[in-house]
This record gives sequence, C-alpha cells and structure tokens, in this order.
Amino acid sequence: METLLQQTLNGLVAGSIYALVALGYTMVYGILGLINFAHGEIVMVGALVALQTILFLSSAVPGLPPLVLLLAGVVVAVPACMALGYLIERIGYRRLRNAPRLAPLITAIGVSFLLQTLAMIIWGREFHVFPQLIDTAPMQPVDGVVVSPMQIFTIVVAFTLMGGLMLLVNKSRLGRAMRATAENHRVAGLMGINANGVIAATFIIGSGLAALAGVLFASNYAIAHYSMGFTPGLKAFTAAVLGGIGNLPGAMVGGLVLGLVESFGAGYIEHLSFGFLNSSYQDIFAFMILGAVLIFRPSGLLGERVADRA
Amino acid sequence: MKANKLFIAPAVACLAASLAAGTVQAKEVVVRIGHAGPLSGPAAAFGKDGENGARLAIEDANAKKLQIGGDSVKFELVSEDDQADPRTATTVAQRLTDAGVKGVVGHVTSGASVPAARIYENAGIPMITPSSTSPKLTQQGYKMTFRVIANDLQQGNALGKYAVEQLKATRIAVIDDRTAYGQGLADAFANAVKAAGGQVVGREFTNDKATDFMAILTKVRAANPDVVFYGGMDAQSGPLTRQMKQLGLTAKFLTGDGGCTGEMIKMAGDALSATTYCTQAGIPLDKMPGGTAFRTQFKQRYGSDIHVYAPYSYDATMALIEAMKVANSVEPTKYQPALKALNAQGVTGPLAFDQSGDIKGGAITVYNFSGGRWAPLQTLQ
Repeated sequence: METLLQQTLNGLVAGSIYALVALGYTMVYGILGLINFAHGEIVMVGALVALQTILFLSSAVPGLPPLVLLLAGVVVAVPACMALGYLIERIGYRRLRNAPRLAPLITAIGVSFLLQTLAMIIWGREFHVFPQLIDTAPMQPVDGVVVSPMQIFTIVVAFTLMGGLMLLVNKSRLGRAMRATAENHRVAGLMGINANGVIAATFIIGSGLAALAGVLFASNYAIAHYSMGFTPGLKAFTAAVLGGIGNLPGAMVGGLVLGLVESFGAGYIEHLSFGFLNSSYQDIFAFMILGAVLIFRPSGLLGERVADRA
Repeated sequence: MKANKLFIAPAVACLAASLAAGTVQAKEVVVRIGHAGPLSGPAAAFGKDGENGARLAIEDANAKKLQIGGDSVKFELVSEDDQADPRTATTVAQRLTDAGVKGVVGHVTSGASVPAARIYENAGIPMITPSSTSPKLTQQGYKMTFRVIANDLQQGNALGKYAVEQLKATRIAVIDDRTAYGQGLADAFANAVKAAGGQVVGREFTNDKATDFMAILTKVRAANPDVVFYGGMDAQSGPLTRQMKQLGLTAKFLTGDGGCTGEMIKMAGDALSATTYCTQAGIPLDKMPGGTAFRTQFKQRYGSDIHVYAPYSYDATMALIEAMKVANSVEPTKYQPALKALNAQGVTGPLAFDQSGDIKGGAITVYNFSGGRWAPLQTLQ
C-alpha cells in the first residue's frame, strides 16, 4: 500500500511537469494545427538560463537566500523563453502560415536542432548540476511514504499554473480572442481580432510555461544539459495526444495520466505480467496505453478540439 | 692531381673501415610500433597519456640496444589519432597496417578497439589495448587481440564477490542502463552475487538518457535491499544516488568504473557517503610493483603527471618487445605465439595472457567516497 501511494506521488510529480509542457504543444496545435517540435528545447533553454542566472547571482551576491535565487532564475528564464518563443514564431513559422502543413513541421524540427546545437555551443556538452534550492529531504506524512518539499512545490506550482491558464483562456478578453482564432483565424481577423497578435501570444504563453517546467524539472533532478529537453518534449507531446490534442484540459489530464502510467508501469509491470516483462518495458508500457486509447478513442481521452476548417 | 690523391686516400680508408665494422656489427633495422587513441576531442587526455607511456617504453627499449634475429633493432613509435570514434578507428588501423607497424598499442576506448581489432586480425598484427575494458573485444575470437587491463566481466565478478563477502550484503538490488557496458557489468555482478551466496532481490532497468529513477527506486525500496548496484555511467548514477536519498533508501551504493569519476562526485553532491563504492580496473599507481619509479621517470621525461593509463600503455609496449625478444623475431606471425605464452613482470604487475587474450588475474580496485574524493580501499585480483 505504501508502495502504491509512493508510486502515485512519483507519477504526479513527473506527470505535472509533462502536463505543463503538453499545454504548450496543445495550445499551438489548437490554433495553428502545427506540432511545434521545438517546444521541448524551450524547456531546456529555460532550465539553462535559470541555472546561469542562479550561478551568476550566487557568485556576485553571496549569501542570498535560496528562494530568492530560484525566483531570480525564474524571473530571467521566463521572459527569455517568451522572447525566444515569439522569435521562433515570427521568424520560423509566420511566413509558412499558408504553406502546406509539412513545411512548418519540418521547420519545427529544424528549429529544434538549431536550439540544441546553440545550447551545446553556449553551455558545452557536459552535464551541469542544477542547485536544489528547495529542500529535497524526505518527510514522512504516512508511514513508508516519503515526500519532499520540492515535490510538493512542483505539484502546487504546476496545478496553479494550469488553473491560471484555464482562467485566462475561458474568462479573459485574450482568451476569447484565442478561442476565436482557433475556430478560424481568417474569420477572427474579420471580427476585428489581431490574429497575428493572438498567435504570438499563444507562443509566448506556451514558452513561459515551458520555461517554468524546465526549472521544475531541473530542480527536481538536479541536472541540466543541452539535450535535456528532448525526452520531456517527446513525453509531453505524447501526453497532449493522449488527452486529445488541441484540448487544454486534455493536455493536463494526458500529462498526469502519462506520468502515473509510467510510474505504475515501472512498479507493477513485472507483477502484472507474472515476471515475463520488467521495468525495461516502462516506456513501451506507456506507449501501449497510448495505442490502446487511440484505438478506442482516436481523438484522445477528452477528445480533440480543433475547429472544422472545411 | 696531387690534391685529388690526397683526398681519395682518406676516403678509401674510411670506406674500408666502415665495411670492416659492418662485418662485426649487425645491421640496424627500424621496427615500427603503432599507437592509436584519441588525441583530440573530449577523451584526448587518455590518448595522450597512452602515447606518452608507449613512447617511454620505446625509449627504454632503444637505450638497451636490443639484438633481435641477429640485427640491432631500433624501435620507432607511429602515433595516430582515432578521436575515440569507431569509424575513424578503422581508418587509422588501416593506415597503421599500411605503414608496416609490427605491433599496435591501442586502441584506448572500447568503441574504437572493437572495430579496429578486425583490421589488425586480418593484417596479422598483434594489438594490445592498455585501457579498453569491454568484454566484447576479446570475445570476437581473434588471435591478435590482447589486453593488459581487467575487463568489465572481471570487474563485475570482483564487485559481486566483494559485496557479499566484504560488505556482508545478503539482499542486493541490481539496476542497469541496458547499454552493452552497463548490462554486461550488471549481469556479471548479479551472477557473482548468486555464486557467492547473496540474493538478488530486485532487477530493474533504465536507459542511458534517463533522469527520473523514482519509480524503479520505489520498487527497489519495497524489496528492502542492503546494497543497490548500478551498471552505467556517472550522468545517471549521480541523479540516481540523489533520488535514493530523497526516497529515504539508505542501502549501500555500488557502481563500476562508469561512476568512479569526478563527474559523479559533482552530479551526486551530498548524496555521496562512505557507503558509496565504485571500482576501477587496474590498481592505484602507489600499489603497482614499479609504480613509484615509473612516476618519477614519467615526470622527468614529460614534466607532467600520469593521467591514468600510461603505465598500462608502457606495459603493453613492453609486452610486444618482450615477445619479440623471446621469439627472436620482429615478424608478427613469428612472435605472436611468444606473446600468447608471455610471462613477464611489468610496471603494473605480472604480464601473462589467457586463452582469449585477456590479462591473467587482472586487478580491480574498490574505492569509496571519503574526504571529498574516491579513496582506494582494496585491490582485488
């Protein structure tokens, strides 16, 4: 029972980071019908920029409290990634908006390579240690189950951000404009909505979330590296598809479900298969679930929500 | 005319003298020995170290003015850069065979040694690697492949025995990263644990790009092990030990040479303790029979310290030369049997090879984390 609870907690932590990243994929897809494969690299840039800021500050002003350092890292990383997201959209994708769908897709893969290589040049190939500024010492709320302040922080931040995004999209003027643009950006333009502005805002918000996800990821695992964005990016994309791509609550549910499935997969696949399979099938297990969901619900758990472009 | 005569006379005398000397002194032949390893890229320090060791051996041999097969032999080092890259390694191997080397010291990394071995095998030139530890290298069934350092299987075996016999562990969990290195090491470890009477209570897997080990560690924790073994590299074992601490998993942690690095100390941070152990193939320099003398000689010659494998590279070169002496021939086909049957004393210890070309009784050293670094605890043979 303790193991079950512990695995649930592990899954929630990983899943809430996936969910934050998945939101970026799904928002862009919802509006442009584009899979922005460079999104995972924004996670990486966010983590590395925050790391750079924290290292700089802690050597320039010794004795700053850890929370201030972390906050400073976030305050620099989030706008940096927002600017990066905007630039990618402005330079890479905007000209291709009316091109065949394959063109922006290939561009996205190219941008991903470009960002990774640039990061490799700037930060080198080595693994960096990301300082764990929030305590990771285990606490035992229930006997046999441990949770660290860092994990609680991760879950709380992720859920707050997701809630905030839902409010923004459903209640604000910008959100209404985003929903209208998702329906049909040309018609939205006729209604007096600045479609380019809304699309840029989508990239900016998604990139900001990705930067935060990067900082959370790096703080949890104390690691930062130029290729660290690839795996969470792929997992988050999977999560977005699992929940129904284009669907915001779907991305959140998809992320959490994927995190939990992975965690339980690693923990229980051996028992479930009577020792035939083991934890090296952890990822395969997650993709089997994805396959099964897509067979029975081709548009994901909560359904795809893409405007009909007929 | 007169002047000419005067000139010719000493010239003739000189010629006569040199001819006479020729009949007494053996003619000098140049024997080329190849060295291959990374001289550029991230592993360049290892390649340079190997090259320095080999050069020192060759200078020592030349100073002895050896006579082999009636000729006085002068050895010459031909050093090539394989960039630790499998494809470059094969090109370099071809270049060395074309240059007519009689033996090769190298390659340095396993990834380069394994494909290069085939080229030396086909060319009939013995190669002795000072530092590649992949078991695969000597499992290819080649007659010309040798190594002077313990391989990963020997490392896994030694660690497994150490865990059960010295650390008195009974419940042992084994994790690996599913790479050829990690899996090979972990399998050898698990088998040795069982052979020594220990119990493997968990066998988990991850991959060499993973950062999140919470799920498998939670499962491992439920099995309540007293030792956790990881077969893989420092980039994973660092975060893995942190997450063990985070989960309150207090078992001892063991890993192989992939985690026995400064990088591991950096990545793992305060998760390391005196109950974190790792192994390196070979023995610390101070414990080698000729270690202290070698360090002094090396420092004098190059003005810098030994990186890691220079003594092994020195011994590999000496093994080649020793076999040539025993066989009284520098021809690879003639001296290969002598190399196979070699029984010599090197800087690092006795030099003798088993059937597959691996060093007999290769040493493994266990380290633990103490005083901010890896401190040698014990050398296992």
